[in-house]
Amino acid sequence: MLDVRGLTAAYGDLAALTDATLTVAPGEIVALVGPNGAGKSTLLRCLTGLLRPRAGSVAWEGTDVLALPLHAIVQHGLALVPEGRRLFGHMTVEENLGLGAFGPRARAARAASLARVYAMFPVLADRRRQVARSLSGGQQQMLAIGRALMTAPRLLMLDEPSLGLAPRVLEAIFATLVEINRAGLAVLLVEQNVRAALTLAHRAYVLEGGRVSGGGGAAALLDDPHIRRAYLGPLAR
Amino acid sequence: MAYLPQQLVLGILIGGLYGLAAAGLSLVFGVMKALNVAHGELIMLGGYAAFWLFALGGVDPFVGLLAVIPGSLLAGAILYWGLFGFVVRLPEEARIKNSLLVGFGLALALHALAVKLWTADERSITTPYTGTIFEIAGLTVPRVPLAGLAVSLLLIGAVHLLLTRWRWGQAIRATAEDWQAAILVGIDVRRAYLLAFALGTGLAGAAGSLVSVGYSVSPSIGLEWTLKALVVVVLAGLGSMPGTFLGGILLGTAEAVSTAFVGGPYREVVGLVIILAILVVRPQGLFGSRA
Repeated sequence: MLDVRGLTAAYGDLAALTDATLTVAPGEIVALVGPNGAGKSTLLRCLTGLLRPRAGSVAWEGTDVLALPLHAIVQHGLALVPEGRRLFGHMTVEENLGLGAFGPRARAARAASLARVYAMFPVLADRRRQVARSLSGGQQQMLAIGRALMTAPRLLMLDEPSLGLAPRVLEAIFATLVEINRAGLAVLLVEQNVRAALTLAHRAYVLEGGRVSGGGGAAALLDDPHIRRAYLGPLAR
Repeated sequence: MAYLPQQLVLGILIGGLYGLAAAGLSLVFGVMKALNVAHGELIMLGGYAAFWLFALGGVDPFVGLLAVIPGSLLAGAILYWGLFGFVVRLPEEARIKNSLLVGFGLALALHALAVKLWTADERSITTPYTGTIFEIAGLTVPRVPLAGLAVSLLLIGAVHLLLTRWRWGQAIRATAEDWQAAILVGIDVRRAYLLAFALGTGLAGAAGSLVSVGYSVSPSIGLEWTLKALVVVVLAGLGSMPGTFLGGILLGTAEAVSTAFVGGPYREVVGLVIILAILVVRPQGLFGSRA
């Protein structure tokens, strides 16, 4: 359902992504792993319209994503939980979630989505009147995921959700992702914590130096000697 | 008559107008990250609109707000569409300097236009109730500025409600905080910019009406009001309409009270000294939320 072909992007003269091709099928969890600066975030920025690629195509359920107005991309069901969470820090938890349901399709499902997010993260319901930036890191990540879920997505993309989180909090959040996925939502996960990502995902792509250098079933990649050496060695988490 | 309390009353009255003048500038600056240095000229135009409505049509300036505000909203939308819309397409760091260029150009053009159309004469609206006063506890309260204060309070309250309760008001605040995150939740940020600019211009128009009835308008008042508004914005910080209003009251009061000590000619200096003192202690402004 997501079909990315030959995606090439750059910041000025600095090539960040070269000829990247990948797909995500309905109901899948796909991980995108690789070292810092490999182009993982760049790819997600291209998919959500925050960066215009130089070449390539992004098809989503038959729609040409790159031809859509920026704000319309999320209304087609592609949601991003950005790196660093990017919450509206001075607005309340409930206002942040409400803004997630800004588009017409999401607004129609607003009440049901809100109940679902609060059921998934009860702590957000407890703190609904609190401003977002007063939350702890883990709670902020939950709010960021909650806000993305409020857009009624069919593909949830997450950029480094583990950043700055304690292992126990991370575990809880990844468990929620599995739950969300079981309910039918496809997930595209960019993650530096390769072991955690590969444990969670069905399939993965390896991105190195802006190019897709490998990929396959997540379980197989966990046993791949190159992956083990590069990402899961004694120094890796 | 106690001199100091009387100055305090007058300071609060003009301070409300400072707050209203600053509210529009603050909104536009906070959302678009662009400084509209022609804000004072928009106030000037609002003043002339109220003046001509009164002089030619006999419309009371407070009733005239019902026409001046919608007219200003529309003028703001047109200005955004024709001029400031190009500024927000630039990367954020290039916006300020380009908005200054566009703003100064617009200010000069509007000033020249006003001189051409209406001459450089100072004009003010003299209603039957202009200059009337009443006394409370030995203090003299002029009626027109008091009504102006009430209108300012009402308008600031209305905009505050719009920004907190209205769907697009929330979108404007979200865009001000993080426009990329706003895109990610499906907000058309160009539309949020347009609405913020129109609202800001509407507030300028309303402030101008109050200036022409309480004080006076001429083509050259623009810069003076831009500076006043800018002082209040720096003083109060971005992100809160009630905070901006309080900042205006504070500046008005400080100016008026200082007149008692250092004399009228130095009142402009007082505002700048206060800014300096506050920037040292609280760089984000008194009520500013930005860290």
